[in-house]
Formats: sequence, structure tokens, C-alpha cells
Amino acid sequence: MRRAEIVTASLMAILSVYLMWKSTELPIGWIPNEGPGGGAFSFWLSAVMLICCIWTMFNWYRRSTPPSKSKDSFMDAYALRMFLMVGGAVTIMIGLVHFIGMYGSIPLFLLYYLRFLGGHSWTVSFLISLAAPVIIFFFFDVALRIVLPKGYLEPLFFPLYSIFL
Amino acid sequence: MEILGLLYEGFLIALQPLNITVVIIGVIVGLFIGAMPGLGSVNGVAILLPMTFLVPPTSAIIFLAALYYGAMYGGAISSIMLGIPGASTAVATTFDGRPLALKGLADKALITAAIASFIGGTISVILFTGFAPPLAHIALDFGDHEIFALMLLAFATFVGLSGDDIPKTIFSICIGLVFSAVGLDIMSGEPRLVFFDIIGFMHGINFLVLAIGIYGIGEMMWTIETNRGDSAMSKAVLTLSGFLGSLRDMGRTWFSWMTGSLLGFFVGILPAAGATPGSLMAYGVAKMTSKDSDNFGKGEVAGVVAPESANNSASTGALLPMLTLGIPGSPTTAILLGGMVIWGLVPGPLLFVEEKEFVWGLIASLYVANLFSLLINVAFIPLFLWVLKMPFTILAPIIFVLSLVGGYSPTQDMHDVWLMLIFGVGAYLLRKLDYPLAPAVLAIVLGPIAEPALRQSLLISNGDFTVFFTRPISGPIMIIAIILLVLPALKPLKNKFFSK
Repeated sequence: MRRAEIVTASLMAILSVYLMWKSTELPIGWIPNEGPGGGAFSFWLSAVMLICCIWTMFNWYRRSTPPSKSKDSFMDAYALRMFLMVGGAVTIMIGLVHFIGMYGSIPLFLLYYLRFLGGHSWTVSFLISLAAPVIIFFFFDVALRIVLPKGYLEPLFFPLYSIFL
Repeated sequence: MEILGLLYEGFLIALQPLNITVVIIGVIVGLFIGAMPGLGSVNGVAILLPMTFLVPPTSAIIFLAALYYGAMYGGAISSIMLGIPGASTAVATTFDGRPLALKGLADKALITAAIASFIGGTISVILFTGFAPPLAHIALDFGDHEIFALMLLAFATFVGLSGDDIPKTIFSICIGLVFSAVGLDIMSGEPRLVFFDIIGFMHGINFLVLAIGIYGIGEMMWTIETNRGDSAMSKAVLTLSGFLGSLRDMGRTWFSWMTGSLLGFFVGILPAAGATPGSLMAYGVAKMTSKDSDNFGKGEVAGVVAPESANNSASTGALLPMLTLGIPGSPTTAILLGGMVIWGLVPGPLLFVEEKEFVWGLIASLYVANLFSLLINVAFIPLFLWVLKMPFTILAPIIFVLSLVGGYSPTQDMHDVWLMLIFGVGAYLLRKLDYPLAPAVLAIVLGPIAEPALRQSLLISNGDFTVFFTRPISGPIMIIAIILLVLPALKPLKNKFFSK
């Protein structure tokens, strides 16, 4: 945990410097008759972020905060496994939206999670995996007219569009 | 007496069968739209505005006002049940509503949220009835300086009272504000902070992308790690004794809902402020004045009651400048204003003289909508609790799916969904190192109000910062904010001197 604290503070400090640099694409000083330039707000806030990172590093050096003196590991084997299995599945679900749309990726994700991570029966897993997209379709696409992406599965929805939209 | 007579006539209109029906439909639709992550009252009102042409203008505005109220109640439901704020107005409810649900006290959180919403709504409608025109003019005295001072106060509350690591809290606020600045610079129109020239950053970062990332993805991954196979999210049940206990809690937290209602109403009537800053400030004040301030963030009822009374109160307050001056106080009222113009009504001082039937029918219907919102919300609580009793391994993937859909809905851009995932993973990792993330959400919501207010104030004063301290309203607010900011620095000194 102690190593993670200093690594994170350093990364956040680099991010702050990047944001300061990025802010200078617009004027950060005073423009006559216009007031502060467009980059001033984000530039000075990023500068404060940098100061906070240095402050956190100083606290790490003094071992004055709980993470800076903790001997626990940042991520144990269980946490790492769940992070990869759950985070990975969510990432794949979002990636698949570009190809098979939400109505393809959502049932696949639900089926994977419910059956393999949750250990539920095939019946329960199938039932929820199929019911969720149907409810989402009627709530978002039909009732609220927020058309969710369908990817290559779009032609399958044409008959539904002609009935409900 | 004249007001009471007009209100009586208003009730005769509001209690007509057609209007009662539209109130009930509006509240139920609003409740579900508000409860859905990613959708708030503004989406509901915008989507359903065209449907209101089927009924007379008075019934139409009554329907939309009921929907607006229902969505305010509904926002608390996803905050408490899923830990994802349904809309920005319900962000503050998440801070204590979610911990209460995790403790198995979801029933208490939902009931107190509903009752606090009712109280906030009722107090604000009473204030609206009695003092609409003079209050609208006081609101106009709040210029950019005062608005910025109020925003600074909201941030200072977090730093001074949070009890979290100070540099990490300030870091969180600043990064939220920087994210709020992404997109087109509102004053010069130039693109700003468009990272790696990705076009999706041009439309800015919607607050929901960050909020759903943090609460829907990051918080869920954290819960999965810490629960380690724990089966249910909440085992709460609705019982009569639990209901009565919640009523007693309302008595105990009377100061929180009273200040929440008054503060919410006043912040709500300020142009461009709306219900979100009102509810966040009410939370801050409740924490500041509470004897149990250490319990805030861990499941304190007052932490639910204060923001919920404030956001409903503010939602009524935001109608006030819209009706009396034609200035909308929030995005939702801006759409309502558009609707009124389409119906041939001209908002402004003359509306109260020329369209008495419309104005008083609306005011009376706010009382009616508020009562129905409470009754309908309480009637649905057993259903919400049943959902929470689902095994966590069913609820968790459903929350991930709702996060995906909720992250996509506001801008309908997959760029935002990817950004939400990055924020979620980042939030999960930062949370492990005690970085508080609620201030970042607060900052991205308030940033678009704070930045123009600061820049315009400085432009008016030609770069002179002292102007914030010399104006009669902003001066005292700034001083309180600065006291709160230095409070953590004074704590070690206090311990040093008083421990001897």
C-alpha cells in the first residue's frame, strides 16, 4: 500500500503537469477587456493539484496518513482476480457494443456474469439475460425515444421499429 | 386574504378530475424516470413536452410540474438503492443514503427521503404562495460575485468538514473542476482541453459520465472486493414499527430538514443555480450543525433528510423566477418556460395579473402533486426493497448494465461510455488509497456555474479579487468559506493547546 501511495501521487503529479501544459493552449493570463483567458481557470486548478500531490508525497515521507504507513498489499490475489474478471468483462461488453450493439452485448455480459461469476442456474441466467434487453428496449427506444446502438444487428430491429416507433 | 381566495380558486382547478389524473400519471412517470441512472427531470420534461398539447395549458403545466416533482423523489431511489445518483440533484443523497442501505436500513433511508421531500416541497410551496414577487426581486440581487461566493462555500464545506485527507480532498475538487472545463470555452468559444484531439471531448464531460463511472463502476468493484461473496445488498423490510421509527427520526432531524427546505428554496430561486447546489449546501450545513457530524458519510439520517428536503424545495423555488420574471432557475424550468411560450403564455410579472387561473391552478397543483408524490413513493417502497433483496450476484451485473445505458443516454456517444469506464477504474484504484471522490462529482456539477461567475466578476472588477469581500452579500459568504478552508489547519493547534 505504501508503494502504491507514492506511485499514485507521482502519477497524479505528472497528470497535473500535463493538464497545466494542456491549459496553456488557450491564454492563461489577463486579456484586456476580456478578463482571464480561457485556459486560466484550468491552469491554476492544475497547479493546485500539483501542490496537493507534493503535499501527499510529503505526508508519505513523514508516514502520517493511513496508506503511507500501511503494510497491507494494494491488491491481494482475490482482488486482482475479481478486478480482471469483472473489469475485463465490463470492458469487453462496452467493446462489443461497437459490433453487436447494446442488445447483443448486454445479454452476453449478463449470461457470463450470472452463470459463471454468480453461479446461478442456466434457467435464471437465461431468463434475466433475455428479460433485461427487452425491458431496456421498451423503456429507452420505445417510450423515451433514446435509440441505443445496435451495431450489425440493426436489420433485426427493422420489424420492431415499424411496429413501435 | 386575497391570496387565500386565489389559492382556493386554484384548488378548484387543481382538483378537477382531469388535473388529478394528470398529476398521478406525471408523478408515476417522473418517479421511474428519476430513478433511472442517467435520466432526470430535465429528460422527462423535455421528452414529454410535445405530449402535453393534447390537454389545455393549465393541465399541461400541472402534468409537467407533477413529473418534475416525481423525478425529484425518484432521484433519491437510485442514490439509496444502487449508490448511483439518478440525477445531479440527488448526488448529496448518495453520501449517506447508500451507507444506510448497505447497513440494511434502506427502508429508513427511503421513507425519510420521501417524507423530507414532502416537507421540503410543502414549505417551499407555502413560501411560493406568500412571497413569490418580492422574493424574485431579492434573487436578482445575486450577481456573479455572490454566486461564486456560494460555490466556494460549497467546496469549502467539503474541505473543512469532511474529515478526509486534506490534500486528497482538494485534489479531488480541483480535478472535478478541471474536467468541468473540458469542451468549448463558454466565453471565447474556443476548444479547450481536447485531449489527444479526440472529437468526443468537444462537447465536454457530462457530470453523469463521472458520477456513473465513480458510483456505478468504481464503487461496485470496490463492493465486490470488500464483500467477498456476501449474498445480499440489503435485508431491509418495511414494517409499521420501522415506519414509526422513521417518523421519530424526522422529529430528531427537524433542524436539518428545516434548514434544508429554506436553503434549498432560496438557492433554487437564484438564476442559474437550481436544485443541485441547494441540496449540496443543505448537506454541508446539516453536517456542520450536527452533533453527530462524524457519522455523516457513514449512514446518518440527517444526511439524507437535508439534501432531499432541499432538492424538492429548490425545484419549487426554481419555478419562481421563471413565472414571475421569465428567468429559468434550472435546466428543467428552462424547458417548462419554452412550453409556456408555445402555449401562448408570457412569463413575467403580468402573468400573475392576466393569467390568474393558470398561475393559481399551478400553485395549488403543486400542493396536490407533492401529496401524491409522497403517497405513491411510499406505496412503491416495498417494491424497491424487494429489488434490493436480490442476491448481489444478480444486482451487480444489472447495475453494470444500467451504468452502460445510463452513461450512453445523456449524450448518446460511445466516447462517453469509454470515458465512464476509465473514470470507474480510476475511481476504484484511487478509493483504495483514501482519495475522496464525492468532491470531484460535486465539482464537475458546480464547475460550469462557478467558472463563468468567477471570470465575469473579475472582468467587472478589472481583476480585483477584493471585490468578493467588499460586496454586502458575497463578503460574509466568502469569510465563512475561508474560515471553513482553514479549519483543518487550526485543528492540530487546538489539540496542541487544549490537550495541555
